[in-house]
Amino acid sequence: MTKKLIIDGQEIEVEDHLTLLQACEQAGAEIPRFCYHERLSIAGNCRMCLVEAQGVPKPVASCAMGVSDLPPNRDGSPKQISTKSPLVKKAREGVMEFLLINHPLDCPICDQGGECDLQDQAMAFGMGGSRFHENKRAVEEKNISPLIKTMMTRCIHCTRCVRYMTEVAGVEELGLISRGEDAEITTYLEQGILSEMSANVVDLCPVGALTHRPWAFNARPWEMRKTETIDAMDAVGSAIRVDTRGGAVMRILPRNNDAVNEEWISDKTRHVADGLKIQRLDTPYIRKNGRLEPASWDEALTLVGEKLKAADPTRIGAIAGDLAGAEEMFALKDLFTRLGSKNFDCRQAGDKLDPKLGRASYVFNTTINGIEEADAILIIGSNPRIEAPVLNARIRKRWRTGQLKHIGLIGANAPLTYPVTHLGAGTDTLAEVASGKHSFAQVLRAADKPMIILGQGAFARVDGLAVLALAAQIALSACEGKDAAWNGFNVLHTAAARVAGLDLGFVPAEGGRDAAGILRPDMQVVYLLGADECDLGASGGAFTVYQGSHGDHGAARADVILPGSAYTEKSVTYVNTEGRAQQTIKAAFAPGEAKEDWTIIRALSARAGKTLPYDDLTALRAAMYKTAPQLAAHDTVEARAMSGLGMLAKLSGALSPEPFAAAIEDFYLTNPIARASVVMAGMSALKANAQKSALKAAE
Amino acid sequence: MLHDRDRIFRNLYGFHDAGLKGAISRGAWDGTKFFIDKGHDWIINEVKASGLRGRGGAGFPTGLKWSFMPKADPRPSYLVVNADESEPGSCKDREILRHDPHLLVEGALLASFAMRAHACYIYVRGEFIREREALQRAIDEAYEARLIGKNNVHGWDLDIYVHHGAGAYICGEETALLESLEGKKGQPRLKPPFPANTGLWGSPTTINNVESIAVTGEILRRGATWFAALGLPNNTGTKLFQISGHVEKPCVVEEEMGIPLKELIETHCGGVRGGWDNLLAVIPGGSSVRCITAAQASDVTMDFDALGKLGSGLGTAAVIVMDKSTDIIAAIRRISYFYKHESCGQCTPCREGTGWMWRVLERMERGEAAKREIDLLFEVSKQIEGHTICALGDAAAWPVQGLINNFRPVIEARIDQYQAKHSKVAAE
Repeated sequence: MTKKLIIDGQEIEVEDHLTLLQACEQAGAEIPRFCYHERLSIAGNCRMCLVEAQGVPKPVASCAMGVSDLPPNRDGSPKQISTKSPLVKKAREGVMEFLLINHPLDCPICDQGGECDLQDQAMAFGMGGSRFHENKRAVEEKNISPLIKTMMTRCIHCTRCVRYMTEVAGVEELGLISRGEDAEITTYLEQGILSEMSANVVDLCPVGALTHRPWAFNARPWEMRKTETIDAMDAVGSAIRVDTRGGAVMRILPRNNDAVNEEWISDKTRHVADGLKIQRLDTPYIRKNGRLEPASWDEALTLVGEKLKAADPTRIGAIAGDLAGAEEMFALKDLFTRLGSKNFDCRQAGDKLDPKLGRASYVFNTTINGIEEADAILIIGSNPRIEAPVLNARIRKRWRTGQLKHIGLIGANAPLTYPVTHLGAGTDTLAEVASGKHSFAQVLRAADKPMIILGQGAFARVDGLAVLALAAQIALSACEGKDAAWNGFNVLHTAAARVAGLDLGFVPAEGGRDAAGILRPDMQVVYLLGADECDLGASGGAFTVYQGSHGDHGAARADVILPGSAYTEKSVTYVNTEGRAQQTIKAAFAPGEAKEDWTIIRALSARAGKTLPYDDLTALRAAMYKTAPQLAAHDTVEARAMSGLGMLAKLSGALSPEPFAAAIEDFYLTNPIARASVVMAGMSALKANAQKSALKAAE
Repeated sequence: MLHDRDRIFRNLYGFHDAGLKGAISRGAWDGTKFFIDKGHDWIINEVKASGLRGRGGAGFPTGLKWSFMPKADPRPSYLVVNADESEPGSCKDREILRHDPHLLVEGALLASFAMRAHACYIYVRGEFIREREALQRAIDEAYEARLIGKNNVHGWDLDIYVHHGAGAYICGEETALLESLEGKKGQPRLKPPFPANTGLWGSPTTINNVESIAVTGEILRRGATWFAALGLPNNTGTKLFQISGHVEKPCVVEEEMGIPLKELIETHCGGVRGGWDNLLAVIPGGSSVRCITAAQASDVTMDFDALGKLGSGLGTAAVIVMDKSTDIIAAIRRISYFYKHESCGQCTPCREGTGWMWRVLERMERGEAAKREIDLLFEVSKQIEGHTICALGDAAAWPVQGLINNFRPVIEARIDQYQAKHSKVAAE
C-alpha cells in the first residue's frame, strides 16, 4: 500500500509501513536525529526529529510516527508535512538548547570532535548561543570496558548503546538507571561489558560519551586517510574502513555492507589495529648456529631457492595459513607444482573439507542474508558467537523476530545470544538426527527453511569427512521437497583464507601429503605461508621457511623468515565463508623490508629455477581467474543447489565417539596479528578472569 | 449544593461499614447481573449517554474511550484501573479505596464486561499500604461471594489483580503504568500505538481512573439521564473535590460538576482562612494546572470547560487554596522541584528543562535574577510544553506559566528588592 503525502510542498507517494522520518528522507528533506537508528528499535526520546503535520496540534516525532498512523484529512487530500516551518525550526532549536545546557563545552579535548553528531547538528539546527547560567551537570565516570572510554557527562541519553547491547549484541549489560536529570547510562553493579561486539556502541554514540579507549587522544578524524577494505579476522569478511595517518594504521571502523556485516564488526576486527605495529617481521632472517639473524633479501631468497632446487620434489611441501590472500596461495601452489611437488594444504587445522566434492560442500550456502529467512537451525560443532560474532548477531536478529523458533546445538554447550536446545555433544546425537530418530529431525523436516551450520569443531577431526557426510544427509532430507532455491547446508569457517584456498585447490594433489603429512621430520623443505596454528613441533629438523607478517609460532620455528604484509598492507582477494570474493585495498605500507606476499613468491621462483610467468598483480590475477573463475566475481554469491551436496552425502566412514571440540579456545587470540595486539591480550586476560570469578561465585 | 440522595459515594468518610455487607446495604452490587444481561454495548451506550468524562484529569469521555476497544480480537482485552494517585493535592481515590472499595470492584466488573475483558489490573500507588489492604479485602470478599472470579453469579468471568506500585509519580501516566505493570522501568511509551490497540502485553487495554470506574455501577442503576441531569452540559454528574491549603476545613467532598469555586470553598471548607478577600491564588486541579488569581476564582465554576477557558484546568479537581501569606514564587518553585524530581529522564525537553526551570525559580524566589529571565523562563516552559513523549512535560510547564502569567509583578518586585539591597551593600 502506498500513501500520498505532501512534504514541504512536494507531493510524494510512499509505502505506508514507513515512518514519517523515512518518508521525509525519501522526499529529500533532512531530518536531524540522535536516538533514531535504522538498525535499532525506535525510542523516540531525543525529540530532535520533530516535524509539523497538518491537523496535529503538537509537533510530531517523525521517527516514531508511522505514515499509516497519521490521521487522514477530512476531505481525503494528502497530508501536508512540513520540515522547515517556523514551528519546526523553533522546536529543534529548543531541543538542541536542552541537549546542550548540560553538555560540557570540551570539544577541543573530545575524541569525537570532527565526527560528532551533536557538534554538526548544533551548527545546523542550534541557536548559536547559550542562555543557561546555572551550573552544568556532572556525571560520575564509569569503567565499563577496556575498549570503551566513557565520559558520561557528555551523554545525551539517547539510549542507542543500551538498545544495541540489548538487541543486537544480546548482552543485557548496559542500562539507564535513575530518573530525570539524574539518569545515567551504566552497567549494573559496575560490571564490565563482556561481549564480542561491544565496541560498536562507540560508533553508535552520537556524542563523545563513549569513545575508543585504545585510540584515545591519538588522532583527529580529519587527519586520517580512509581506505575502504575487507577484514580478515574471521571468515565473515566484514567491510571495514582503515584509517591511517602517515604510514600507521590508527583505527579500524566498520563500513556498511547489508549482505555481510550490516554495520557491525567484532571487537577483534576493530581493536586488532595495534597488533599491526607490534612483533612485525621487517627484515628477512636466516637461522645461523641456532639463532635467527637478519639477512638481506638476496641471501634469504637464494638460500631458499637453492634448498628447493636441491630437494626431492616429493619431500617439499607448503602450508597456507589463516590470513593468506588468494593471490599468494595461487602463486605458491603454482611454484610448488612447477617444482614437481604434490604437497600443499590450506587446511592447517586438519579440517577434512575437500574441494573435489563441489563448492556447495564447503561454503555457507544459505548466505548470511539467508539467515533472515530461516525458521529452524541446527548448529553442529560450532560456537558462532566467538567464531563469527557478526554472523551470530544475524542469527539473533532473526530469532528476535520470533520466526526462528527452533535452534538446536550439537557440540560443546556454550552461551550464545539466543536460546538453544542442546541436543548432544557428539557424533552419536548427530547420527541419531541423521537417521531421523531424533525429535529434532522432525523439527527440521517441518521447517520451511531449515539450516544446518557446521563448524570447524565438527570436521577438523579424523572422522571429519564422515561427519560432513552425515550433516549433508541431514540437510538433504530436511530440505527435500522444499523451495528449490533454498540450500540449508552451511559450513562456518573461522579463517579468512580458507574458502579461497579450497577454491584454488590448495589441497594435496593425487598422492600428495596433507598438512599433518607435510609436518613430518622426513620432509626436506616445509614452506609456511603465514601458517602458525599447526603442530610445528612435528616437523623435526626439516628446513622450514616462514613467510608472514608477524613473529609468532611459525617464525620462531623457521630457518628462514621472509617478511610479508598484513591484510591491511596488500591488495588480495579473500573469499568469505559464504563464497563471496572480496578484494582488500592497500591502506598502508608494510614495515621495513617487508614485501607484498605474491612478489616474494615471484622473486623466489626465479631463484628456484622455475620463474612464474607473471610480473604484476594484474597478470597474476588473470592467471588465477582462469583456475578459479569464482574469485573474479566480486561481492556476489552464486546460487548453489542442494544437488551440489550429492557427492558428499554419499560418503560414509567410521565415527569417533569423541565429542565435538571447540574450534576456538580464545576469541581474542586466534591469529598472529591478534596475538601481537596488546589490547587483545588484555581482553583475553579480562575474560579469563571474569570466567574464573564467575566460577568462584557459582561455587 | 448536591442533595444527599444524589451522592454516589455514601461512605466517603468511612463512617459506615466498608465491607461487602455495608456496601450492599448502601446499594452496591444491586442489579449488576441485570446490567450484564443487557449486553456489552448497552453499558457502553449508557455510559456514553451519561456524559461521564474521565476523572483522572484529562476529561476524555469515558464511554467513547470504552468504545475504542476492539470487539472481535483474538488477543485478550484488559481493563487497567489507575489507582496511582500521586498528583500533589489529589486525595480522592484513596478515600474510595479505603471506604467504598466495592463500588470500584463492581465498576471494574461492569467495565470489564463492557470491554470484553476477563482480567482487570488495579495499579495502586506504592505509598498506599492501608488502601491496598482495604481494596484487597473487598476483592477477596467479592471472590468469596462469587461476585467476581471464575463462574461467578454474574456469568462473566473476571479476575481482578491488585498491583502495588513503587511510588513513582510517572507510573500514573497510563503507558508508563503499563510498562511498570509489565515489570519494566516506568517510562511512558510512544503513542501511537494507543493502548486500546496495543496496550498491556501488546493486547487491547483501557486505562481508567478509579473514580471513573467507581461511578459506573451507580450510573447504570440510576440511569444515564439522572447523571446527565446533574452538573452542566458537557460537564455532567458529580465529582469528588479535594480542597486543601489555606481553608478553614480542608476536605474531600462529592459535589455537582460546575459548582462555583467560591461556593465550594465557602460551603464545605468554612471559607478561606481570613476571609475571601485574603485569597491570593487557587490551583484548581492539582499541582500540574496553571494557577488562577483570586479575581478569577471569585466567579469561576468548577468544570472542565470553564477552567479550560481560563487557561487552567479541572484536572483531578484537587483545589489548592493559597491565601495572601503565601510566597507564590516559593510555592511554584516547590512544585517545579517535584516535577524535576519525578521526570523519568527519557526524553530531552522534560529531562533537561525541568531542572533548568527549577533552578531559575530558586534564584527568582530570592530575587537573584534579571528581569529578562522571566521571559526566558516562560520560553523554556514553552519549549518543554508539547515537545515531550507524555504529558509530564506539560504538567511541569503549566504551573510556571501560571505563575508568570498571573504574578509577574510579584517576581519583578522581588528582583527589585534584591537588587536594591545588594546594590546598597555594594555601594557601602
